[in-house]
Amino acid sequence: MPAIPLVNPLPPGPHYGILAQFATPADLYHACERVRDEGFTRWDAHSPFPVHGLDRAMGLRRSPLPWIVLVMGLTGAALGFVLQWWVHGSAYPLVISGKPYFSWPAFIPITFEVAILFAALGAVLGMLGLNRLPMHYHPLFRSKVFERVTDDAFFISIESWDPRFDASATRKLMESLGARSVELLES
Amino acid sequence: MAQSEAELLENPVAGRPTLILRSPDFHSITEVVAEPVERPTRLGWWLFFLPSLALLSVLGVAVSWLFWEGIGIWGLNVPVGWAWDITNFVFWVGIGHAGTLISAILFLFRQKWRTSINRAAEAMTIFAVMCAMLFPGIHVGRVWVAYWMFPLPNQMGMWPNFRSPLLWDVFAVSVYGTVSALFWYVGLIPDLATMRDRAKTPIRRFLYGLFALGWRGSVRQWHHYETAYLVLAALATPLVLSVHSVVSMDFAVSVLPGWHTTIFPPYFVAGAIFSGFAMVLTLMVICRQAFGLNHIITLRHFDYMAKIMLVTGTMVGFAYATEFFTAWYSGNPYEIFTFRNRAGGPYAWAYWTMITCNVISPQVFWFKKARTSIPILFILSIVINIGMWFERFVIIVTSLHRDFLPSSWDYFRPTVWDVACLLGSFGLFFTMFCLFVRFLPMVATAEVKTVLPQADPHRHAGDERPIKDHRPRSAHGTPGRTSEEAS
Repeated sequence: MPAIPLVNPLPPGPHYGILAQFATPADLYHACERVRDEGFTRWDAHSPFPVHGLDRAMGLRRSPLPWIVLVMGLTGAALGFVLQWWVHGSAYPLVISGKPYFSWPAFIPITFEVAILFAALGAVLGMLGLNRLPMHYHPLFRSKVFERVTDDAFFISIESWDPRFDASATRKLMESLGARSVELLES
Repeated sequence: MAQSEAELLENPVAGRPTLILRSPDFHSITEVVAEPVERPTRLGWWLFFLPSLALLSVLGVAVSWLFWEGIGIWGLNVPVGWAWDITNFVFWVGIGHAGTLISAILFLFRQKWRTSINRAAEAMTIFAVMCAMLFPGIHVGRVWVAYWMFPLPNQMGMWPNFRSPLLWDVFAVSVYGTVSALFWYVGLIPDLATMRDRAKTPIRRFLYGLFALGWRGSVRQWHHYETAYLVLAALATPLVLSVHSVVSMDFAVSVLPGWHTTIFPPYFVAGAIFSGFAMVLTLMVICRQAFGLNHIITLRHFDYMAKIMLVTGTMVGFAYATEFFTAWYSGNPYEIFTFRNRAGGPYAWAYWTMITCNVISPQVFWFKKARTSIPILFILSIVINIGMWFERFVIIVTSLHRDFLPSSWDYFRPTVWDVACLLGSFGLFFTMFCLFVRFLPMVATAEVKTVLPQADPHRHAGDERPIKDHRPRSAHGTPGRTSEEAS
């Protein structure tokens, strides 16, 4: 996965890149394999649903999200456990049912729940962060045909700051891969 | 490729069972799901919504009066200190569990049939948890200090007792509500983007667009999205099992005969899934008819759900029997008395209602005719929900009403305010559900599209795989309607 800049996610210059539409998931899949093999780095595919195996056809690496979730989950578990330990052992020590102040087996359920809460928040916020969402404005939304990406249309977009990008050569490549339509998008 | 339908269903390599009938294309799935949200409100919707809203106002009145006057307006009193309030709480939490089972556990087991019903089932979960959280909140007497349940630093320097199952419950249910809502929202993002891109009016475009977060269906996004969805499913699975286990520990950790038993956690979880599936069935039978989704939510889905209800119903039946066995085998006279009293005492009517509804009635589902008959499924789903409400009533009230001291024995009778709170909670549930089906796509369209044969990137035009449609074709070459969707 190419490093996506944190500051400006959009390419400089007058053009965002080109957008090519494909007819079926199979066409998109094969086109992605070719674009990957051509050595493009700043490009993306778009589909109304996750097409099985397309991430591999694009050459994407595994998502780092599970690590975020693991760290958040462990943080939650530690926080939950330490809170209970601190409350019953130090801040508010009370003898209840003759149990010791640090009666750790009774702390397990809440430790578990807080761990799950943090891990789930990590999964959702981590996913949004990795996906740079929310991003309500994007040059792709200027395209009229792109409205169907959430319905039944499949696209490849190649951004203009890709070193291999060339407005006419890339357009020809897309057409040779069976694109239904190709358009140049302003940024 | 002459293969019989039975072979196709058996063989996972040659073909998966056809989950969606009439072989629709991607666009027609979008159309059929988005259309009920986009068309003008129909009279039929108001016929459901207005009575629900009326019941919700009943809840408003009942809760206001409760806050004003105190919990003395309910029929509970020593020794029955918990009655319909906690019965309703456990009932509603249980309802929610089927939604998580469908969305998370069946997802992990790659049960692709879940895609047609998971959105609505998750919505049901969230609304059921809202109803559930209401009851512990309002039953505490001094509701204005209900925030003491949370570990908030305060001027008194007091902290809650983390060793109490009642506090575990606060954490379990609130985490469950939060995680269910997150899971549901993540699933909704691509469909909200669909609604945004189809929106005709600026206000719809703005609101759906706002919550769609600028989703553009990019594979780089789907990549992280699918990982997040898988992780959430993997987190929600142990969570849902923990929630009803913790709820059962509200009882099991006490020393009361009838409550103090180690079988409670698995028994409660099975019962929760049982009642939840019944509620999913009730809602789906109505929705698929009302919104023309018969080819997306098919009899095959109902068949599977009925099988799960048969299994879980029989599991709770087994748990009822085990409780009696344990009481007898313990040799403890109090324990034995409690269970004899449960089946033959003043609340025997409730006990046998529970047995009839929960253990006997689902046995009908041994027969495929019953599993695929809409009227039978609909009636039984309601019967089972009544039975599961009675199960919680039986566990709570029959164990309490015969105290250790016979002079405190009593017979609990509900007041009109008990009834108002129960009916009102149904008002809350159905009001929320009506709003959901009116404003949000009730089927996860992005997921349903993935189970269509043409979603497979290795399938090419003209590739006549048998999975596409193996039903008899009518004279015009279009797939004929089968008995599966005719009902």
